[in-house]
Amino acid sequence: MVRLVISWIPFLILQSFLVAIASESIEVEEFSEALLLKPLPDRKVLAHFHFENRAPPSNSHGRHHHLFPKAISQLVEKFRVKEMELSFTQGRWNHEHWGGFDPLSSMNPKPVGVELWAVFDVPHSQVDTSWKNLTHALSGLFCASINFLESSTSYAAPTWGFGPNSEKLRYGSLPREAVCTENLTPWLKLLPCRDKDGISALMNRPSVYRGFYHSQRLRLSRVESGQEGLGSGTVLEQTLTVVLQPETISAGTDMQPSWFLSSLFGRKVVGRCVLAKSSNVYVQLEGLSGHELKKLDPEREAWKNAEFELSIKPERILPETSSFLFVYDIEKYSDSEPFDLGLTWKLPSKWASQQAPLHASRFLMGSGNERGAIAILLKATESQEKLSGRDFTDGRCTVKVNIFQIFPWYVKVYYHTLQIFVDKQQKTGNEVVKKIDVSPSTDKMSSGMMEMMLELPCEVKSVAMSIEYDKGFLHIDEYPPDANQGFDIPSALISFPDHHASLDFKEEVSKSPILSKLKEKSLVRSYTEVLLVPLTTPDFSMPYNVITITCTVFALYFGSLLNVLRRRVGEEERFLKSQGKKKGGLKQLLSRLIAKIRGRPIEAPATTNESPEARSSVFSSKLVFKIILVAGAAAAWQYFSTDK
Amino acid sequence: MSAEKRDKEEEVKTDDGSPKIKPRPIVQLGIFLISHSPVFSVVFSAAGVLALLLLPLLAKNTYISENALMPGSARSMLSHRDVSDGSKLVKDIKNFRSNHEGQGVEVQRLIGKYMSEMGAEVYYQKFHPEGNQFHPLHFFSGPDSYTLLGNVSCASYGVNVAGIIRAPRGDGKESIVLVTPYDSINGGEYEALSLGIASSLFSLLARVTWLSKDIIWLVADSRYGDYRPVAAWLSEYHTPSFMVSDSLKCDELNTAGSFKRAGTVAAALVLKVDGRSERFEDTLSIYAEASNGQMPNLDLFNVVNYLAVHRQGFYVRVEKVVSLLSSSWLKTVGEIFEAVGKVAHTLNPDWNFGIPAADYLEGSATLASSLYSQALGIPTGPHGAFRDYQVDAITLKVSPRFPADSKARQHDFFQRGAQLLEGTIRSVNNLLEKFHQSFFLYLLTSPSKFVSVGVYMIAFALLVAPLPMVAASLYIDGCNALTKATHNPAKNLKSWKWLDAAKQVFALHLLGFIVTLLPYFICQVPGQHSPTNRSIMWAATSSSLLLLTFVTIPSCSPFSSRLHGTNWAVLKSVTISAAFIGLCLMSIINFATAMIGALLLVPMCLMVRPIKLDLRSKRVKSLVGAFCSTVLVTIGFPVIVFAISKGLIREGGLVGLSLGGEFWTWLESLWAWKSATYLYIGMVHLPCWLLCLCILFHPS
Repeated sequence: MVRLVISWIPFLILQSFLVAIASESIEVEEFSEALLLKPLPDRKVLAHFHFENRAPPSNSHGRHHHLFPKAISQLVEKFRVKEMELSFTQGRWNHEHWGGFDPLSSMNPKPVGVELWAVFDVPHSQVDTSWKNLTHALSGLFCASINFLESSTSYAAPTWGFGPNSEKLRYGSLPREAVCTENLTPWLKLLPCRDKDGISALMNRPSVYRGFYHSQRLRLSRVESGQEGLGSGTVLEQTLTVVLQPETISAGTDMQPSWFLSSLFGRKVVGRCVLAKSSNVYVQLEGLSGHELKKLDPEREAWKNAEFELSIKPERILPETSSFLFVYDIEKYSDSEPFDLGLTWKLPSKWASQQAPLHASRFLMGSGNERGAIAILLKATESQEKLSGRDFTDGRCTVKVNIFQIFPWYVKVYYHTLQIFVDKQQKTGNEVVKKIDVSPSTDKMSSGMMEMMLELPCEVKSVAMSIEYDKGFLHIDEYPPDANQGFDIPSALISFPDHHASLDFKEEVSKSPILSKLKEKSLVRSYTEVLLVPLTTPDFSMPYNVITITCTVFALYFGSLLNVLRRRVGEEERFLKSQGKKKGGLKQLLSRLIAKIRGRPIEAPATTNESPEARSSVFSSKLVFKIILVAGAAAAWQYFSTDK
Repeated sequence: MSAEKRDKEEEVKTDDGSPKIKPRPIVQLGIFLISHSPVFSVVFSAAGVLALLLLPLLAKNTYISENALMPGSARSMLSHRDVSDGSKLVKDIKNFRSNHEGQGVEVQRLIGKYMSEMGAEVYYQKFHPEGNQFHPLHFFSGPDSYTLLGNVSCASYGVNVAGIIRAPRGDGKESIVLVTPYDSINGGEYEALSLGIASSLFSLLARVTWLSKDIIWLVADSRYGDYRPVAAWLSEYHTPSFMVSDSLKCDELNTAGSFKRAGTVAAALVLKVDGRSERFEDTLSIYAEASNGQMPNLDLFNVVNYLAVHRQGFYVRVEKVVSLLSSSWLKTVGEIFEAVGKVAHTLNPDWNFGIPAADYLEGSATLASSLYSQALGIPTGPHGAFRDYQVDAITLKVSPRFPADSKARQHDFFQRGAQLLEGTIRSVNNLLEKFHQSFFLYLLTSPSKFVSVGVYMIAFALLVAPLPMVAASLYIDGCNALTKATHNPAKNLKSWKWLDAAKQVFALHLLGFIVTLLPYFICQVPGQHSPTNRSIMWAATSSSLLLLTFVTIPSCSPFSSRLHGTNWAVLKSVTISAAFIGLCLMSIINFATAMIGALLLVPMCLMVRPIKLDLRSKRVKSLVGAFCSTVLVTIGFPVIVFAISKGLIREGGLVGLSLGGEFWTWLESLWAWKSATYLYIGMVHLPCWLLCLCILFHPS
């Protein structure tokens, strides 16, 4: 017995030690999952998955992590990434219907394709090298061609026009990158439960990719501990935003569609990811008229009233200025009792989402393969008056707009042709442009970049900007596949530095990361469309013709050059004269031979005395006879050979 | 080239005493061709005309070159609900128009309402209907910005309605445009049917998931013609003016600043329904010619043709010159070719180039029409506006076989029309790159047969080939004559013998250039003038300018009594060279114009001789020659050509002064459409004709 106890002791000690480490790390490394659902005014539903993984600053366990993905931590360590964001997007965010002035729509809409930006914690000279290595690493990690951002013609170093102000920021985007399930799988692998359990189990590939908008995002930031001897921690935030169209039997066009989680995704939530600290589902309903809401009893009627009904009673209800947030904790649901939230509309309901102060669109002007112009059009939205965040400088109400735009080098922009029209009146630069930074492109070396801050009067109705460019010529091997489609100009970023979007909850927010994210003030911004510039393309399908023509030209050139270099006219004449005097049989034969070797027509001494016309006609009649003979023989052969 | 040959020849000739250096074969060939130039010019010209007549035989069957198009491989998703949407719109418009009179904008609003109910973004665009103003400097310049004149009245403007369906998962970089011209005030019932088809299609496209390009449906207000509204919309799409515009001052419809765009236009289809089909089937006419003989990619044409014939059972036709179908000489030619084809087939069963005479007749009538519309340089429909922006576009004109008010047939008609468009749009939607795979330069001989550039170039090359040869031989003759006539050492400098002639040619070309610009100034003359008056004005100024030229530069005049004026042979040689250069340049700009121009110019330039010379000799051969050259020079006058072609195409009577008016109107339409044919007539054909006239009346 004693022996038994004694033999147990080390085991117990070991166990307690392990438990201690484990409990400590659970305290420290945190993972949380959340899903935000939001009906949109145009009968669609927005689903926003949010996963956050925190690795605290510590040196205690070195390279070992319990929850935090090792691939990402190695990436951060190796390339000294301070902040980074990578997004894969398909489809366009509809600012008009899906909103432009709330935290969701200012953070999540991303340009089509891949966008990557990163801030590095390395000396200036090494930033570019780190960026290049990072693109290759990410390319391998996410099965995407992010490595194309390595080339100096495809990225830029914005200073202030793009969100974070840093000298060590690099930004690049690939508008043509197709987003596919092979990009989602490695992204899901970074989650502790992958898509096997918890909220991420909802990500049924067909339903996620059937959506109207799909944006998968990964954001990394380093948190400095501030303590001596302790490294820095890392926060990994992964979000997936999809806009889905619920499939319903149409009950009138003004009736909002009712949905269940199982009808949206084809799956149900069967329990939380056991490794997650918190796993919640939120439903945000906005646009409900404020005074009506106040009348409702928040505990009983807010989720089940005459207008709509939620199938499950929420744990909590968070009121906001113009919306409600219903909170569900999915901890108590399991296989036997899956969580299948539903929203049923009973009355036709209509609302409009909040709009950014100005709506931006961008298009190309002109035609032809030579030159053109890029125009950016900013139009006032209806909600402009209601917005706060105006800047009353010098007693004048102004709205500030930042425009950040990258121009690939083959679009040779003439910055002096920038024209700005405010409310259809042309303005000079000094009147509206507060700040402008331009870095011109270098042919085949680097892309151009324009950062511009406009200061516009509040009552502005429309702003138009145009800038002219020449189309460049590419070298034959610089054309990408499908060159005839045209070339892309990446999206421009329009942001409003004075306007910040946030949700203002009345009560103190719990520790849920998604709520704190929503509460945080975020810059209002929107990306414009990607543009397609048709450039002149060579005829790739005719290499044979090109080779033939080139060879012919070369042959003609070398032939005539050799002729000129080799031939000595005076010598030849003298030689001919001397030959004309003496006509020995042997010499004649020799001269013929020489002529033959030299490749010039053999001289027929008999015809030398005849006039040129006669000679040529004799020559030609002989020739014609020969040709007729050969042609006749060929025709006869053809006739007999085929007519067997 | 000819100068080089001449140099060699001189070399051979001058070294008489010493043993000759035998020239190289290529030079020999050149000498041979030049010395036998009359024979060769006849042979080459005849071969050129023969090659032109052979073109219907050489036509190839069309095929889809771009594999990505995959026409007709997907099943149509058009449902009855979509078609009934279309029928409802047509019914509503009909009811609305019977209740309200002259309320133009309201019909547009109704259409806009339907579009937005289907889920499209709708906007209205106002435009002013004034046509293109001629400006001599605007030839070949790109489409200029849509600038408004100050004095437009608020009453006359058109309103286009456009709806955009955004591709659900697309990136919005490209779009496909569907245009239905509709005149809301006096459009017939057939015209409304095109809206029905487009609306059925739009209703389908609003819910499909396969779209990768945005779809724009433009209902063009065709009150002021089909072309103008489309051109106005395109110009606003591509080159908007951000300045304040006058049209907004008289605003009835809130159109300000709501213009929406959808990326680079990949292709456009114009749909029209007109009249009742004469045949048992529904007829689909395809129009493809844009300005200056530019054609859309053959693939686009083929996709429509393929789907219409093999999927929807339309009878597809392209324009043809009807009068040629009954011409007996062409029929004889066809029969000869048929016989030759049969003989060839018996010789070798693999030689299958013979086609029946009836097919040949059809093919050549279509070919002639194709050649004529390309040569004219005026687009044959609203699709021409798209070509100015490098967008491939065609016009589909559908004629149903039932009367417009037949409800029962309408449903089926809408379904087939919408399925045809759906298939086409789906094919274009599949396309990753823009159209580049197939031909851009071709002539059609039937909806499914074409002649590519490589084949039809041969006819032109054969036609113009004699010109340099004859020029060289004439120059040699002229130089010899000049050397014999004068013993002035200065004139014996061989390189300067052409200078006098060149002066004259240059002066007359300059005159042609001025005459080309004259209509612009005549248009600026204040007051209203009828086309006849204007043409008289033009003729008067041109002829007085011609006289002025002859008076000021005496060496130019054919009537000057100086004996030692320019030698007519040298003059003819330089004229022919100028015509050769002009034709070759024109063949690059608009091939069809150069082809037809060569048919007229080449015989005239080759045949023309001083009439005095022929009359003096009094031999039958030379008298026939004189007669021929007089006839050819008469025919060569542009006005006569116009009159003959009018008679050929319309077979209507034409006489007297009204011809001048008609000619003026015709020319006005040419320059309004920026047709290069106008430049060709003024700057190549007219001077060459004048020079031929000079040669004809040369006092030699």
